Amino acid sequence: MLNDPKNYSDNIKPYLPKVPYVRNCLKAFVSGGLICVIGQFLQVFYIHFFHFTKASAGNPTSATLILIASLMTGCGLYDKIARFSGAGSIVPVTGFANSITSAALEHKSEGIVLGVATNLFSLAGSVIVFGVVSAAVLGIIRLFLAQAF
Amino acid sequence: MIFVNAFLVGGAICVLGQILIDVFKLTPAHVVASFVVLGAVLDSFGIYDQLIQLAGAGATIPITSFGHALLHGAMSEGHEHGYLGIAIGIFKLTSAGITSAILFGFLTALIFKPKG
Amino acid sequence: MSRVKQQTWRFDHPIYLSATGTAVGPLEARGPLGGTFDKAYNTLSCGEKNWSDAERTLMRRAVAYCLAKAGRKESDIDLFLAGDLMDQTVTSNFIARENRIPYLGMFGACSTSMETIAQAAQLVDSDYADRVLCAVSSHNATAERQFRYPTEYGGPLNLTQTFTVTGAGAALVSRESGNVRVTEATLGRVIDWGISDPNNMGAAMAPAAADTIWRHFQDTGRSPDDYDLIVTGDLSRVGSPILKELLLEKGLDITKQHQDCGLMVYSPEQPVNAGGSGCACSAVVTFGYLYRRLTEGSLKRVIVVATGALLNKSTTKEKDTIPCIAHGVVFESVKGANR
Repeated sequence: MLNDPKNYSDNIKPYLPKVPYVRNCLKAFVSGGLICVIGQFLQVFYIHFFHFTKASAGNPTSATLILIASLMTGCGLYDKIARFSGAGSIVPVTGFANSITSAALEHKSEGIVLGVATNLFSLAGSVIVFGVVSAAVLGIIRLFLAQAF
Repeated sequence: MIFVNAFLVGGAICVLGQILIDVFKLTPAHVVASFVVLGAVLDSFGIYDQLIQLAGAGATIPITSFGHALLHGAMSEGHEHGYLGIAIGIFKLTSAGITSAILFGFLTALIFKPKG
Repeated sequence: MSRVKQQTWRFDHPIYLSATGTAVGPLEARGPLGGTFDKAYNTLSCGEKNWSDAERTLMRRAVAYCLAKAGRKESDIDLFLAGDLMDQTVTSNFIARENRIPYLGMFGACSTSMETIAQAAQLVDSDYADRVLCAVSSHNATAERQFRYPTEYGGPLNLTQTFTVTGAGAALVSRESGNVRVTEATLGRVIDWGISDPNNMGAAMAPAAADTIWRHFQDTGRSPDDYDLIVTGDLSRVGSPILKELLLEKGLDITKQHQDCGLMVYSPEQPVNAGGSGCACSAVVTFGYLYRRLTEGSLKRVIVVATGALLNKSTTKEKDTIPCIAHGVVFESVKGANR
């Protein structure tokens, strides 16, 4: 019985398209894995040719991936790829770059200050906020424990 | 070998994100925010460093490493300068990532037009 | 004009869609109805520098085609009724700034297309206006920005999500004879059955469409067989089967006659998830394809039930459910009207 306003959202479940869970996960796995492999190649490249250490090579590696993702966003490619890869292109640092660039690009018509610069972090801001808050809280706890014992 | 591990670990983290989107109906913003917190939590138990040892870029490229790096930076200064050190060091390791994201995002927005 | 039972208007005088005009974007032009539109743009930007301007260009062109076909100038028009999906319906406001016709802004989300036609017909019928120009528009990129994410953002694919039609439709409503008559309108109530997922508008709007269609048949005493088509606005692949089942449970079988503009405007291979949506969705299909078939006489009587989700971006984030509405307008072919 669909004509039941109270339970409508439950009763329509058979009418909703089946989410291809396995296929989506497989796509996310392959595409996310590939982005990480590209990152690994870059890391090895920076260690061998620019004499970065294993720990410090992460910086130019992320920066390069961010540059690539920003350019692909500008060319209108990143959102096309994301239709296929789902979380595979959201979770890597390239997704972070895409959220920044796409938000900035979207508001370009409103000007450089009020459009681009103001909206740069409209999507990515939550990542930085939650990162800083959780790191600060955990840092304080760890420091407290280290001093107490 | 490190390439295989990077593929497997990086892919697995993305699968976790896909499950949060498909099964638990979280928005992408919720997923990345939780992943950053998760990265910081895992760092507290030293797990994330082991993951990086094992998988290299497979652990440093997903956004979880952002939380890990924030906490790492905070702790390295924290041990030297106490609680104030946390504020001093929190962006120490992630500075390159954030700077390049702002810079490249800004420049791309200046050069390109949205395609739709 | 007279009211028929609860929610239906039946117009006393013969009211006509004297002319229509449509303009669409590239994806719609490549769809199965591509040949029925007056103007198709090759790019989403329609040659403009930003998306807002692009949407205005679409509405401007649709209005221009409509007036040209009717052989009328702006000064011949008594009233301009228009609406769109942008904040404060700016597209319509700005077009009204250009054409200098007395203007009433309309908003019923994606139901605006039929809301304006019903209102225009009522004003013409009651002698408050001789010629009323109606227009609605939507643009994929402006709507995405307004309701979802930036256009270049790589969000995950959602199978229940609809795809906003880029286009605009305009129609001239008057008593001057034409080939398509506007005979009745059934105005909808706002219905909210508790769907809060903004990516599932089809399911959210189906009860509103069912309510209006049910009311229409109750008020007029007709049966679905009296219609060649019962067309909904943008229920998509998800909402359409739900609508049919909702009505079937109440003993009304519209399976044979039902079609959805969101499914007519794109072919199944096009990457539009669950189907098309937006003000322009029902407008370009009605004023393009259906108008053409009614003019030929290959369709005799059609009811277009445009559906709208009355939400904004904040209400969904505040976890509120989605109120929905549907307005139905009956169009009849002048050729062989006495079926």
